[in-house]
Amino acid sequence: MKKASVTAVASMLLLASVLSGCSGDGTESSTGGSSDSSKAVKLSLWTFQDLHKKYYEKTAELWNQSHPDQPIELSIDTYPNAEMHNKLLIALQSGVGAPDIADININFFQNFLKGDIQLVELNKIIEPEKDKFIQSRFDIYSKGGKYYGIDFHVGATVVYYNKELMDKAGVNVDNIKTWADYIEAGKKVVAATGKTMTAFEVTGQRPFWPMIVQRGSDYLDEKGNVILDNEVNVKTLQAMKDMIYKDKIAVPMPGGNTGAEEFFTYMNKGEAASLIMPMWYMSRFLEYMPDLKGKIVVRPMPVWEQGNVRSAGMGGTGTAVTKQSKNQELAMKFLAYAKLSKESNIRIWQELKFDPIRWDVWNDPELQKPDPYFNNEKIFNVLLDMKDEIKSPNMSELSSASQDLVNSNVMFKSLKDQSQTPEQALKAAADELRKQKK
Amino acid sequence: MANFSFKGFLYSQKVAPYLFVSPFVLTFLIFFLYPTASTITMSFQEVQGLTSTKFIGLDNYRRMFDEHFFNALKTNTIYTLLSLMLLIPVPILFAVFLNSKWIKGRTLFKSVIFIPALTSVIVAGVSFRLMFGEADTALINSVIGKLGISPQNWILNYGTGMMLMVILNTWRVAGINMVYYLAGLQSIPEELYESAEMDGANGFTRFYWITLPLLKPIIIYTLTIGIFEGYRMFGESYVFWNEGMPGDIGLTIVRFIYQQAFQRNDMGMGSAIGITLLLIVLTVNMVQLKLFGLFKKEED
Repeated sequence: MKKASVTAVASMLLLASVLSGCSGDGTESSTGGSSDSSKAVKLSLWTFQDLHKKYYEKTAELWNQSHPDQPIELSIDTYPNAEMHNKLLIALQSGVGAPDIADININFFQNFLKGDIQLVELNKIIEPEKDKFIQSRFDIYSKGGKYYGIDFHVGATVVYYNKELMDKAGVNVDNIKTWADYIEAGKKVVAATGKTMTAFEVTGQRPFWPMIVQRGSDYLDEKGNVILDNEVNVKTLQAMKDMIYKDKIAVPMPGGNTGAEEFFTYMNKGEAASLIMPMWYMSRFLEYMPDLKGKIVVRPMPVWEQGNVRSAGMGGTGTAVTKQSKNQELAMKFLAYAKLSKESNIRIWQELKFDPIRWDVWNDPELQKPDPYFNNEKIFNVLLDMKDEIKSPNMSELSSASQDLVNSNVMFKSLKDQSQTPEQALKAAADELRKQKK
Repeated sequence: MANFSFKGFLYSQKVAPYLFVSPFVLTFLIFFLYPTASTITMSFQEVQGLTSTKFIGLDNYRRMFDEHFFNALKTNTIYTLLSLMLLIPVPILFAVFLNSKWIKGRTLFKSVIFIPALTSVIVAGVSFRLMFGEADTALINSVIGKLGISPQNWILNYGTGMMLMVILNTWRVAGINMVYYLAGLQSIPEELYESAEMDGANGFTRFYWITLPLLKPIIIYTLTIGIFEGYRMFGESYVFWNEGMPGDIGLTIVRFIYQQAFQRNDMGMGSAIGITLLLIVLTVNMVQLKLFGLFKKEED
């Protein structure tokens, strides 16, 4: 008798432990949000950038000061880039475990707009103030006229010149208006200093992407058709290759891309006289290239031919509210507070050194303060001057795949190991994309 | 009465065994069989979310066999062969030397060789990546610089990239294999060597005719493990090329799955590659086990 009950208890325990093993996650997350006795509403947020985390923490503090009737308790988790997006995708697809708010990298954003969209439509908070923002920064996170994400920054592509080297070569950066001027200036720099004019990413897509966007081209057209191998793109990539191997004013980037430790050291040592990158790269200059302090000046991109624009908005983080959130209204209000309000856009510049998407703050005294790192110039005047010239790329279903292909194949094969000509590389990638289109 | 039947139920020779194996059967069904079955289903579907799927027949398989798949397969095959060429002989040598009484500090060497096995691929890999950096001030480049060799761009060449992965893997796994071989060596009776010595066998012949044949089961074991470890390799490639793989350097089949399924949100295609990988590994392992006669009855 005793034996029997012991056996029974033991086997029930075993079964229970096995069964609870597979449902544990689900129950935890479903009770987490709703059953709190305190007044503060719990919101969870995922990001892939530690800098963003700090920004959100402070935003939550400010929110609680200004909204004493609606306090929130924001818990933020930071995961590595690719890992966070995989986790989020699975959580959204399986219907459990997603946070209320999530930062989604623009490279992956289109993955979240496939099929039954699991993100909340944000038109309600965006539309009232839309005219104060760079419109193209909303378009890249939209589908069928509905907005699903809000960015931190414009990511306007500019040229960062190393003034010391340019002066040595006797080049006035304000006279560089076209890429032809840029190549001429580059030849002078190489002759006078022995350094190179610039470096191109070979495991990344810059400056190729901004260069074709400024010419009105792209990887995909507005309808999502593949135009990666069109004439403009071939000509542009050929020109980049010529800058490296014919004009000898550029080099394949050490470390492969602008995020590599090797490149930071290289640039910091003053080995390249300029760099074509978006505005958000200012934070990397400040953080990783201390020796360039006072030597960097920011200018618009040169143009290829008349009718080109002088910049392109690159990169980005679309912050979204998920449909799984139990407090969607509040999450949206908080998101608007964190990324749409005037104050927040000023803080985005102060704390993150990003060019905020709300252009009516670019005139603000805070953003107009001259920066000693950047030769004491008023950087935002450069942006204000070309406010209507900042185009953003077209985004659609094949966006992630096309960027992936350009990053890993096109640039490397055409500029670095030269196993394919620019035309062949673009054609091969475009054909592969066309095959993927369903 | 109720109590009696419950007790009878537990004591029933028919029911009790099932009850006791149920935890394992359930684990198997839920965490192994179900995912496998749904992977097979998904490989024939276009998956847009777990709720919206559409059967598209063999389309995933048709799209899968492109240049990248064959590049991945080639990389995996070369990687597996190179790894096996190092991971079988080197640990045997270590084991033989460390098993001999003439070597001093055996315990120290054993630990030194084994410790890398305890580190994670990612942690070790990050150190390797920094050591093999492209700058001429990076560790390896500065060392070969002293020897008069120009700095190498290790990560951006297919050959050196492959070498990095193989070195990292060998450095980590050699210690584990050595432990297997040591255990194997210690089970070989001393008398065999003594009698061979009396018959005039030298060190090499003793190794070739006694040690190797008696280590055969362990060699087959490490070979089998090595083959599927090689084909399912992910971490070694991920630490060196975590965002993109230029010109498919470091693209392995599992990374191809990861790329298609997660980075491009195409779960159907990812599943199709997964199933194909399963078939490939199964075939290679079957052929290898057949060749070594593992399916034949023990012939004494």
